[in-house]
Amino acid sequence: MADMRVNIAGVEFKNPVIAASGTFGYGLEYNEFYPASRLGGVVCKAVTLEERLGNPGPRIAETPAGMLNSVGLQNPGVDIFIKRYLPLLRRQDVAVIANVAGHSLDDYVATTAKVSDAGVDMVELNISCPNVKEGGMSFGTSCESVEAITAAVRAVCKCPLMVKLTPNVTSIAEIAKAAEAGGADAVSLINTITGMRIDIRTRRPILKNNIGGLSGPAVLPVAVRMVRDVYKAVSIPIIGMGGISTEEDAVEMMLAGAAAVQVGSATFHDPYASIKIIEGLQAFADSQRLSSITELTGAVQEW
Amino acid sequence: MRYCQETGTLARVDQLTDTVYSFTIEAPQIASLAQCGQFVHVLCEPFMLRRPLSIAGFDKEAGTVRIVFEVRGKGTAWMAALKEGDAITLNGPLGHGFPLLDPDKKAVLVGGGIGTPPMMPIARHYGQNATAISGFKTASAVILQEDFEAFGVRTVLCTDDGTAGQKGFTTDALETVLTEGAADVVYTCGPKVMMKRVAAVAKAHGVPCYISMEERMGCGVGACFGCACKTKTKDGGTTMTRVCLNGPVFDANEIDWEG
Ligand SMILES: Cc1cc2nc3c(=O)[nH]c(=O)nc-3n(C[C@H](O)[C@H](O)[C@H](O)COP(=O)(O)OP(=O)(O)OC[C@H]3O[C@@H](n4cnc5c(N)ncnc54)[C@H](O)[C@@H]3O)c2cc1C
Ligand SMILES: Cc1cc2nc3c(=O)[nH]c(=O)nc-3n(C[C@H](O)[C@H](O)[C@H](O)COP(=O)(O)O)c2cc1C
Ligand code: FES
Repeated sequence: MADMRVNIAGVEFKNPVIAASGTFGYGLEYNEFYPASRLGGVVCKAVTLEERLGNPGPRIAETPAGMLNSVGLQNPGVDIFIKRYLPLLRRQDVAVIANVAGHSLDDYVATTAKVSDAGVDMVELNISCPNVKEGGMSFGTSCESVEAITAAVRAVCKCPLMVKLTPNVTSIAEIAKAAEAGGADAVSLINTITGMRIDIRTRRPILKNNIGGLSGPAVLPVAVRMVRDVYKAVSIPIIGMGGISTEEDAVEMMLAGAAAVQVGSATFHDPYASIKIIEGLQAFADSQRLSSITELTGAVQEW
Repeated sequence: MRYCQETGTLARVDQLTDTVYSFTIEAPQIASLAQCGQFVHVLCEPFMLRRPLSIAGFDKEAGTVRIVFEVRGKGTAWMAALKEGDAITLNGPLGHGFPLLDPDKKAVLVGGGIGTPPMMPIARHYGQNATAISGFKTASAVILQEDFEAFGVRTVLCTDDGTAGQKGFTTDALETVLTEGAADVVYTCGPKVMMKRVAAVAKAHGVPCYISMEERMGCGVGACFGCACKTKTKDGGTTMTRVCLNGPVFDANEIDWEG
């Protein structure tokens, strides 16, 4: 049987399938279906220094082969996250990644210092949330600010640091290089693509925030292309996500250059999506007689 | 286990009006866990998101749950094309349901339109001690009145145009019912404007009121914060609360109606 373990920036994952931030709560909500320890890792919902209430509802809209969300980083704040949720998740045998967001550079630094002191396996720096007015994605769209914030956070982060990139830029490869230059140990991509839906009867946007972020199967080819571009541009490992709902999608993402994948919205359609992907990946790797799943990473043969 | 995913068999389909369907689904695990006011999250295979639908009845011995839904858009239209014997996949029972008093207490149930179905399991609990007020646009939209009567419940039917029952709003009927005789609790589900007025009438009569909120959902299990609605905090502020996890049923006093 092919070895399913992957090691990313020194963090060991028992398989390459990780639950994506914002779709898997604090790793416990899906426990009624299966223990989080079946997964390679769990990325928690974004945490910020202070409590955030997020955007007014509706926050969810369906789209062809996907969905929009405008949740806007609702969370109880980093202190409550550390006290109430992290210890429960730590008790599960699964790699834990904290997703950190903020209004300002100081927010990012302070929040990262707190979560990395509390003990997580990795920090995912969320400079790519399209649903907040200040901070969020605005840090992730210029090379200078990406390098600066990565370096500032790197200096206080006691664990490996992964920078999560937004697809809402002209060249994601340039942004990835800036993260690498700032000291990122890995990058993850893609966050959601900004989008809008309108109710034709009321002439109102479905989302109260007017716009939101697109995820789900509709974004898969965009994400695969971006992972490929970034793979060619940097030498740090990549965690790929965006529209993965089957093992075939996960294999594609790995062939493009991802060392591991995250699964987000697919879990809403089928709570067992990640489990089926893990089992399907194992079967695929065995049928291809791979000795390790890592052999897939970057192995696409471009024309 | 509090909830699970179960693929059940569609045991019975009844079309109640042009656009409203009743499904009785063999789903013994969900039936065994179900409580009044909880919901199921129905997989609509061609679509990304599941549809949240209230549990309109459950029979723990027969292992069935019932849902009653209106065709609004793509997902419910897909559901309406399902046939008896087809498989249907549900997550459930989800959320927190209606708190129930002893069945000998007096309960008033106020359902507006497609908000009527979740009143049914409560009606069964209180039987002849319940009054079910139901409001619809017009006679052809009226549903579930015989079901309420079968539980021994007193029914009050209102239509906007007076083509069935009395002409007028459920809130006026509630005012009359609460003035005529004391009640211990009011339950309501329907359009937000209606529930807001129901809550105000109940409050004026000093009767506790529980409402079932509706929000668009992603996960249905508290993991995505997609379904939050504005609620009041104990210290007089407001916060955003997940309808799928902390609701869909709330004490009416908790809701910030402006949110
Ligand atoms: C807890 C709860 C219980 C409900 N119980 C019932 C019930 O018993 N009977 C019934 O007929 N309806 C009920 N609804 C409303 C029902 O969920 C929507 O009418 C239905 O999801 C619309 O789906 P669609 O495919 O027809 O519409 P589409 O427009 O195709 O739906 C697109 C997306 O928006 C969501 N959506 C659209 N309208 C609503 C809405 N009003 N509320 C929540 N999500 C919406 C859909 O779930 C889907 O994700 C309930 C809603 C909630 C939150
Ligand atoms: C409801 C929802 C909430 C999300 N919240 C966050 C978040 O808090 N932080 C973050 O970095 N990404 C967040 N995301 C983005 C996902 O982690 C992921 O990048 C994106 O959805 C693409 O993957 P998918 O197509 O598999 O869902 C959210 C996505 C959804 C659908
Ligand atoms: S629908 Fe995901 S938290 Fe309620």
